[in-house]
Amino acid sequence: MDWSAINPAFYVASVMVAATPLLLAAIGELVVEKTGVLNLGVEGMMIIGAVCGFITAVETGSPSLGFVGGALGGAALSVVFAVLTQFFLTSQVPTGLALTLFGLGASAMVGQSYVGIVPPKMPQLMSGADLNAFERIVLGHDAMLYIGLAIPVAVWAVLRFSRLGLILRAVGEDHNAAHALGYKVMWIRFGAIVFGGACAGLGGAYLSLVRVPQWTEGMTTGAGWIALALVVFASWRPLLIILGAYIFGGIAILQLNLQAAGSTIPVEYLSMSPYVITIFVLVLLSALHKYGISRAQAPAMLGRSFHASN
Amino acid sequence: MTPPLLTLTGLTKSYPGVVANEDVSLTIAHGEVHALLGENGAGKSTLVKMIYGLVTPDAGQMVLNGKAFSPDKPSAARTAGIAMVFQHFSLFGALSVAENIALGMENPPKMRALAQQISKVSDQFGLPLDPSRIVGDLSAGERQRVEIIRCLLQDPKLLIMDEPTSVLTPQEVDILFETLRKLRDAGTSILYISHKLEEIRALCDTATVLRRGNNVGTCVPRDTSARDMAELMVGTRLHDPERRDRPKGATVLDVKNLSAASHSAFGTSLKDVSLSVCKGEILGIGGVAGNGQDELLAALSGEIRTKRGMISLDGRDVGHLPPTSRRALGTLSAPEERLGHAAAPDMSLMENAFLSAATRKALTSLGFANWGKTRGYADEIIARFDVRTPNNQVAARALSGGNLQKFVVGREILQDPDVLVVNQPTWGVDASAAAAIRQALLDMADAGKAVVVISQDLDELLEITDRFCALNEGRLSASVPTTELSVEKIGLMLGGAHDLETANV
Repeated sequence: MDWSAINPAFYVASVMVAATPLLLAAIGELVVEKTGVLNLGVEGMMIIGAVCGFITAVETGSPSLGFVGGALGGAALSVVFAVLTQFFLTSQVPTGLALTLFGLGASAMVGQSYVGIVPPKMPQLMSGADLNAFERIVLGHDAMLYIGLAIPVAVWAVLRFSRLGLILRAVGEDHNAAHALGYKVMWIRFGAIVFGGACAGLGGAYLSLVRVPQWTEGMTTGAGWIALALVVFASWRPLLIILGAYIFGGIAILQLNLQAAGSTIPVEYLSMSPYVITIFVLVLLSALHKYGISRAQAPAMLGRSFHASN
Repeated sequence: MTPPLLTLTGLTKSYPGVVANEDVSLTIAHGEVHALLGENGAGKSTLVKMIYGLVTPDAGQMVLNGKAFSPDKPSAARTAGIAMVFQHFSLFGALSVAENIALGMENPPKMRALAQQISKVSDQFGLPLDPSRIVGDLSAGERQRVEIIRCLLQDPKLLIMDEPTSVLTPQEVDILFETLRKLRDAGTSILYISHKLEEIRALCDTATVLRRGNNVGTCVPRDTSARDMAELMVGTRLHDPERRDRPKGATVLDVKNLSAASHSAFGTSLKDVSLSVCKGEILGIGGVAGNGQDELLAALSGEIRTKRGMISLDGRDVGHLPPTSRRALGTLSAPEERLGHAAAPDMSLMENAFLSAATRKALTSLGFANWGKTRGYADEIIARFDVRTPNNQVAARALSGGNLQKFVVGREILQDPDVLVVNQPTWGVDASAAAAIRQALLDMADAGKAVVVISQDLDELLEITDRFCALNEGRLSASVPTTELSVEKIGLMLGGAHDLETANV
């Protein structure tokens, strides 16, 4: 095989583009999980975001409005999940799975007449074929990629330093205690779920408007699941989401480049590697916890329904 | 004359199937420690939740400092100067002390300033506490300090404490009382909820007694005997369990040189334990918790299986048999931990009845559960042991500790075992329920059954058992007839003075 077929600057730049949808979806899911809710519908919210963003961008001609549409689409679908799990107390796991199945089906239906269309292009800070490596990697991107990098930093600061963040974490640690102190557990979780939906929608829209850019049925191809794995990989720490997204994104791009370079390694090994790495991290985390080196990282109430009994 | 701090008039609250409070009135003066006394399920918690804004009353008024007071949420109550320390702490294990305290405040200052305030208040009231520690690493007493300091930082006029001593060691209780007295002297009123009468006599100025949701009287605890207060609480004369002379029958349960490793990493293994129990006899096993009590119960119930020849029932070797087979043969047990060991917390009482009684009560047919019969059995337990619950469909978790204990012990007794092993049968149970459980155990012995009572409560063991032995670091002392025991002798036995064994052989 021919390694020289892989240009490092191009490679890094495309890793950044590939990582952004994962990063956006994962940081949203992290906030949701921090409040103790497990929403397995990330894949569904992403693809709804992808199709809504794509349609909005094509119809209005504005890719920026496209991202707004994508976020609204993802948020709207997450409201369904929020109402079902918070008010009707449905179990979170099957509800999330249903959300994914519903999102895949609904997006395919809505997007039927948009297959094959080229969306309006998102402007980049710098573009062209003659950029040097620095320009290509640091400046050669669209605004959404930079926003995507800013969101985890903002989430980290809010969770760590603000009262809102403290309340979010408290609800995820012990919803009974939070309720006893007078916090509205259901509404706090509702808000977090909608934020998570909007982020997943943005991630989906980034796929259909920048990364691919095109609409095809089922185009997320498991990105939502990788985002879920990414939250675990990052052990619920916002800044590690960036690192994880770049590693997982890097693997995805490597896969394509290796194919192009004529590698003999079956690509399936690389496609499964994010999950293998995540399982390894899970084992490592619980081992560290068991031997008292670190604390349990997962929010204690993760996946548990809350009902105020009195 | 200044008006009283808080006056409640005619407060009523009902839930589906239960009237939690009916027309309750009481008055709390400034700088008073006011006890709210009542059995499990008498409506104490509901009453204070109304004061704290967690529950809205159906009828009645509250007047705070001469002004009408109707908090619709806890933050409104906190703003009005009411603070509450919960029975089950409302703390977040993964967060730091300072973060936990900030969560309970309306307008917390910046973390650094808050940490200084915490240190200041903790010095002032003698409650040492490091603001940066993670709450999950603290002991029960330290966690309670976090709650108390959280309340004190808001400079409350009324501090509500819901059964604060149930999780504390005696030393921690002393520290707590010292703090509460300092607070009272500083002018804070305290509403103190408990069913521990001696504590109330030591601490409180006035006591209001609730029974089944009604205010049944007020008394001055210092001038009232514990027994009178208990009878006011229960509403009838308290019966001491009656103990009759009964003939001792043949040996039923025989344990010889039992050694078994604990299943838990922090447990105590049993070392060379021998005991025997006859028909019509109650054997008491005393000792400080964690000396092998859980393991002994597990070995007798079949949760820990032992080598052949170590445990025999009616001459039959049973040490290697699992719990279901032991149940079928007549050994039943009621472990100490109610939620999670004796009962499945989120399953209904009916389902919990099925779980342990399926074999002996023949609640299955052809492998299917017979729910009709199970329902009947659950209702029988509820009726016979006066379990206060709306119906048998309630989740075990929803019952108060004492009620669930009555259910758990009743469930085993009504299966008519030949040998019953109970661990801490009246732990956290109020006076009348405890008396009922003890009476039930005595009745079993009168009916010619063998009973093993493992307990930390020496009074309980002296009251109902025929023979006594002490468990210490997994070793069991020789048994002594209870009538020959003195407190000093028990103390020596519990301390593991093994020369005593030889002296008594």
